[in-house]
Amino acid sequence: MTDYNDAFKDIPGTVVFDATQSRLGYHLNMFCMSLMKADNRAAFKADERAYLERFPMRAEQREAVLARDYNRMISLGGNIYFLAKIGATDGFSFQNLASKMTGVSEEAYRGMMLAGGRPAQGNRSRSDPTL
Amino acid sequence: MARIIAGVTTSHVPAIGAALDLGKTAEPYWQPLFAGYEFSKRWIAEQKPDVVVLVYNDHASAFSLELIPTFAIGCAESFAPADEGWGPRPVPVVQGHPELAWHIAQSTILDEFDMTIVNRMDVDHGLTVPLSLMFGQPAAWPCKVIPLAVNVVQYPPPTGNRCWNLGRAIRKAVESYPEDLKVMVWGTGGMSHQLQGPRAGLINREFDTAFLDRLTTDPEGLAKIPHVDYVREAGSEGIELVMWLIMRGALARDAREVYRFYHVPASNTAVGHLILENA
Repeated sequence: MTDYNDAFKDIPGTVVFDATQSRLGYHLNMFCMSLMKADNRAAFKADERAYLERFPMRAEQREAVLARDYNRMISLGGNIYFLAKIGATDGFSFQNLASKMTGVSEEAYRGMMLAGGRPAQGNRSRSDPTL
Repeated sequence: MARIIAGVTTSHVPAIGAALDLGKTAEPYWQPLFAGYEFSKRWIAEQKPDVVVLVYNDHASAFSLELIPTFAIGCAESFAPADEGWGPRPVPVVQGHPELAWHIAQSTILDEFDMTIVNRMDVDHGLTVPLSLMFGQPAAWPCKVIPLAVNVVQYPPPTGNRCWNLGRAIRKAVESYPEDLKVMVWGTGGMSHQLQGPRAGLINREFDTAFLDRLTTDPEGLAKIPHVDYVREAGSEGIELVMWLIMRGALARDAREVYRFYHVPASNTAVGHLILENA
């Protein structure tokens, strides 16, 4: 199993949602899941910090949510399909979130996708240079 | 007897559903994508399947982290479109086929696949976007649908080989069902895409093209691809492609490709679509 999980760690800019991440991020992701309900979205928007206190998360996870630091949330166990519910609550598209995670403007990100996306060449391994 | 007449694979990008629902299909960004499904809509109107076994994945809609079934088969009478955070898609309620679904559940479990039986489940864009692409915007879906949800969110997902073999077991199950039914199996998700982290936006046309080719000619070879190769070559969400192997396993070895479409991008994703017919 160690070999199975470790093999993914060579892939740059990518966190695989394995057992370790899932245990770390359980409450963060379940907070995100709560945003499926309109009442909860309203309560979160009204007082984000107070709403986050309802979930037994780590302080650093709460701070990452408040800062909308998606890469940090992912490193702290967040899964993108759950985190996307924060984006939806904020009224942002998936492409907007992707631009934030890749550190470029939404327009630049959209342009990259229209031009065929980020190439695999150079992005396969941590020993590749481009990313 | 029931028989599997054809298989369909297609991506299930949520933005495609939003484009349809918001009337944007004629916009320059979306027009080429929807044009790629015109043949398919005509084809399926002629084929008139009675039932579609629709293999897809739930995206933290019906299943959170509380319960994560690897393979879940929907045995209910109907399945409502899920509210994914901005209200349910304005599409018809999906009508199930409980009798065939239970038959497939029993047959595959006795064939040693540990299926989860689901009697209540909302279905998200993973299931409804393929229906919209193939059938357009009817007042009611023209056939019954058996949802088959596969976990590809929490690692480890099932192996490609497991998916391929489950497809074969589904074929055996369908072919032992006494009623005359025309059944299709659809595999959805993919193709290359990554939605997370600094590597988001990854697209690999070369990998996708080879996958489309080999799905017909070399499915046993595809079934051997390890998870790490999907993530490396097709992006973290490209892992959804294992679901296409369930469709392929359910078809005859000599099934033939009758239609192919490939388009980049739909939002963050490479869209791939195949129609395979049994001889």
